[in-house]
Amino acid sequence: MSIAASVSGFLYRKPRLRLGMLLSAPLLWLGLAYLGALAALFVTAFWHTDTFTGQVVTEWSLDNFATLFRDEVYRTITVRTLGIAVAVTVIDAVIAFPMAFYMAKFASPRAQRVLVIAVMTPLWASYLVKAYSWRIMLSGNGLIGWLFGATPGYGLAATVITLSYLWLPYMILPIYAGLDRLPNSLVEASGDLGGRPWGTFRSVVLPLTFPAIVAGSIFTFSLTLGDYITVKIVGGANQMLGNVVYDNIGAANNLPFAATVATVPVVIMLVYLAAVRRTGALDNL
Amino acid sequence: MMLSKKTKYVLLAGLVLGLAVIYVPLVVVLLNSVNSDTTFGWPPSGFTFEWWGRAAQNEGVLRALVTSLEAGLAATVLALVLGMMAAFALQRYRFFGKDTVSLLIILPIALPGIVTGIALNNAFRTILGVDLGLFTAIVAHATFCIVVVFNNVVARLRRMGGNLEEASMDLGADGITTFRLVTFPMLRSALLAGGLLAFALSFDEIIVTTFTLGAGLQTLPIWILDNLFRPNQAPVVNVVAAVLIVVSTVPVYLAQRLSGDTASGGRL
Repeated sequence: MSIAASVSGFLYRKPRLRLGMLLSAPLLWLGLAYLGALAALFVTAFWHTDTFTGQVVTEWSLDNFATLFRDEVYRTITVRTLGIAVAVTVIDAVIAFPMAFYMAKFASPRAQRVLVIAVMTPLWASYLVKAYSWRIMLSGNGLIGWLFGATPGYGLAATVITLSYLWLPYMILPIYAGLDRLPNSLVEASGDLGGRPWGTFRSVVLPLTFPAIVAGSIFTFSLTLGDYITVKIVGGANQMLGNVVYDNIGAANNLPFAATVATVPVVIMLVYLAAVRRTGALDNL
Repeated sequence: MMLSKKTKYVLLAGLVLGLAVIYVPLVVVLLNSVNSDTTFGWPPSGFTFEWWGRAAQNEGVLRALVTSLEAGLAATVLALVLGMMAAFALQRYRFFGKDTVSLLIILPIALPGIVTGIALNNAFRTILGVDLGLFTAIVAHATFCIVVVFNNVVARLRRMGGNLEEASMDLGADGITTFRLVTFPMLRSALLAGGLLAFALSFDEIIVTTFTLGAGLQTLPIWILDNLFRPNQAPVVNVVAAVLIVVSTVPVYLAQRLSGDTASGGRL
């Protein structure tokens, strides 16, 4: 019996050992390194930076959180970021639904496959390039101005447009999957029972696909909450939570405060996830 | 479906319009890279390959391209190994904490990029005392690429079941031989698809990269961001942006042709 064969025979008799070997590297990497890093980040949020030396001082306090809640600026930025996230989510849901509906219910199987690829492929095109493309589109003499005679310019509207564009495919795909699972017979039954298209939509289609819409909103929400580059590129002077985090790491060299601000999107996401858990949206991810 | 013709056409119009909105900005970037005018002016005033030529000789761009390729390839290899191990463990075994492990794999990509970015930045610099460099960026990229490989391999393992492997063992092949001659060949296209997607993800990533790549190094997205607000660089920025679109969408397209498993939602 060769060595390889005896090793594999030995491993075959010890499934727990095989599992341990398979899990060891990924767990060390993600469990120890990544979770450890996250934990360390949140611990740092309770420390502060020495104003003279710029060194992190490891004294526990809630000062950073106090600043975050008391300071008008951070409240405004948090509300603005949330507002942008809500606007982006609603816009994406409104655009995505008809697209997903046609894909799931009218397109032939072959066309469905092509359409999914058509939606998925640009999803992976560089985030930065897509934000940049809107800088070009919205510029003073860009395509939008040429088509419509006016452009919203760079500011909040541009930020909402660009972020909606960036995350649109994340909304289309879950809704498409949700509609694909919705049996046609239910829609037909509603029609047979005298339901008008709008009534059928409101009382049959929408309630059954709601979890899928919520699943999409998790992406649009989470991604918007953490964004800082789009708003830098097309947002004019406006700031989002991500910019505060970024500036405190770079220019202000205040890692503890950056960590404190970074807990805001994480907490919002956790609250949101807990709230939507009961809709079954998480099984739609 | 018993919906009226009118509804159908309204929805079709919505779909066509939506797809147009998705593709027009990308096409504008591609066109802009061969626009002889140096501003964003529309319509393009003339056609030229001059900027492509200049970009091809721009040292900063070439160095950034090399860094992007190195980081992408190294992260892909790491993600392939780790993602495949995790996929086998979670698909073939039941164990305590299984759900936690699968959550852990999604986490680096589910949390906002800036959180992942500063967490790793903080861990490298203040906890481990490692200077940021190419290596730290590769580690960070591998961390969020694992999930892509994992998803592809899990989907394939689920679809192929265990019958063929059991048959192979019944016929006397040992575990290693079975893996080499039965399991691996069936996984190959899923691994290739996962690897392509992981590479595309790494190639495009900017937020985590900003926080984990050493000073003085640039990947292509970082090069663009650094040069975005310099007016005299605009034409070369346009070319790099066009290259990024092409380079990242081709592997994704190929990956989707390669395996029907990749139709999962989101970036997962």
